[in-house]
Amino acid sequence: MRVNVTVNGEARSADDVWEGESLLYVLRERLGLPGAKNACEQGECGSCTVYLDDVPVCACLVAAGQVQDREVRTVEGLADGETLDPVQEAFVQAGAVQCGFCTPGLVVAAHDLLRRSPSPDDPEIREALAGNLCRCTGYEKILDAVRLAAAKRGA
Amino acid sequence: MDFLRPTTLAEALAAKAERPDLVPIAGGTDVMVELNFDHRRPPGLLDLTGIAELARWSADGDVLRVGAAVPYARIVQDLGDRLPGLAMASRTVGSPQIRNRGTVGGNLGSASPAGDTHPVLIAGDAVVEVASARGARSIPADEFYLGVKRSALEPDELITAVRLAAATGPQQFAKVGTRNAMVIAVCSFAVSLHPERLRVGAAVGSAAPTPRRASAAEEFLSAELTSAGLWESREPLPDSVQRRFGELVAEAASPIDDVRGSAAYRRHALAVLARRSLGWAWREHSGGGNERCA
Ligand SMILES: Cc1cc2nc3c(=O)[nH]c(=O)nc-3n(C[C@H](O)[C@H](O)[C@H](O)COP(=O)(O)OP(=O)(O)OC[C@H]3O[C@@H](n4cnc5c(N)ncnc54)[C@H](O)[C@@H]3O)c2cc1C
Ligand code: FES
Ligand code: FES
Repeated sequence: MRVNVTVNGEARSADDVWEGESLLYVLRERLGLPGAKNACEQGECGSCTVYLDDVPVCACLVAAGQVQDREVRTVEGLADGETLDPVQEAFVQAGAVQCGFCTPGLVVAAHDLLRRSPSPDDPEIREALAGNLCRCTGYEKILDAVRLAAAKRGA
Repeated sequence: MDFLRPTTLAEALAAKAERPDLVPIAGGTDVMVELNFDHRRPPGLLDLTGIAELARWSADGDVLRVGAAVPYARIVQDLGDRLPGLAMASRTVGSPQIRNRGTVGGNLGSASPAGDTHPVLIAGDAVVEVASARGARSIPADEFYLGVKRSALEPDELITAVRLAAATGPQQFAKVGTRNAMVIAVCSFAVSLHPERLRVGAAVGSAAPTPRRASAAEEFLSAELTSAGLWESREPLPDSVQRRFGELVAEAASPIDDVRGSAAYRRHALAVLARRSLGWAWREHSGGGNERCA
């Protein structure tokens, strides 16, 4: 089937999509957007997190056909040209990226948190990131990055 | 494989009547895992996310009707005051991403004994509304679950909503797991106090082939509260009553040993969960404010 979807503000379409395919597969393999990562394909790790109609979801659990005529925003759509989003900048500066596999999902989840709650306390940050696993950093640097991003955005 | 995107319930029911083998998909948080891992290859998917009437909740007097495709996040956001038990259970499902997609209709459709909304629906005397091209019917929640992942839903039917009364007293939900997020319950428990009916609702999850009402515990506590005049006096509950309630809840279960826990552990944990949840609920009834477990 063909799927028409707006991705990062641009009308896109993918052909020959298998009906049981996930949004994650469409993004990575058909639309050339490898930002969202495929790690578990079962909703456990959050590394495939993208916005669907402005709500963060696991792209691996959305059927391709469910995004017809809807809007997706991936980690590739957060930066403004060459200028990184404050959340992305903070991840770099705080050393919250090691292997980087979890980073795109965490960046989208943190981005969403700061839109809803510009200066979150620690329990709020932990709750917002509870669906994202990182096997490298031990999370402390990630929490630092979110606090830093909140400060940057507030500045 | 086909992919159908009905935009009205009538259209979806017509499709399901013609092709009962179509697999409905709402949030996809159960269905997509099965597809991704090749555990299931249905002849077609029937997407329910384009049907506005399933994605709404409404209030009819004191009765709330929550559309089958309303995601958990919306229940938490909109209904925490009127359906505190359901909101509490919703808050414990998966992660923010899962709660943004997952639905009560999907929880019922999967009918896993570990589904978090089930004990709450039973304790709150909820009714599951289902429909087919043949008509609609209402199934009391405690008659909906027939076995492990089996329900009273017929192949041509869809779940349209759950209906339950707005809380008239405190409600609690608690589950045991290894962390606060992403936990399939080792066991779970829900309690609802219905002071206007002098009744207590209590149910267990993940501790029998189906979610189950703890009838003996309900009867015992309702009788104790009434005979001792505690509903009105709101005095502290005797320890012995809380303990006995916990024991009776544990007796309602018929748990198994599995990777998540042993049967003996589940029984023990249920008695503890029930006693504590009742304690929280009763403190709220006595004016101590609404307590929430994480
Ligand atoms: C990472 C992760 C964590 C999870 N954590 C929890 C948890 O903590 N607690 C918990 O209870 N569950 C959990 N789940 C399971 C799942 O999220 C829930 O069961 C959820 O409620 C399913 O809803 P859905 O809309 O995504 O269902 P879907 O996957 O869309 O559907 C599930 C089943 O129900 C059927 N169905 C859906 N809607 C209808 C309808 N209206 N009428 C008839 N049939 C229908 C489908 O055909 C399918 O068989 C988790 C899942 C994942 C992936
Ligand atoms: S790949 Fe989607 S949650 Fe892990
Ligand atoms: S940086 Fe490697 S998984 Fe998080």
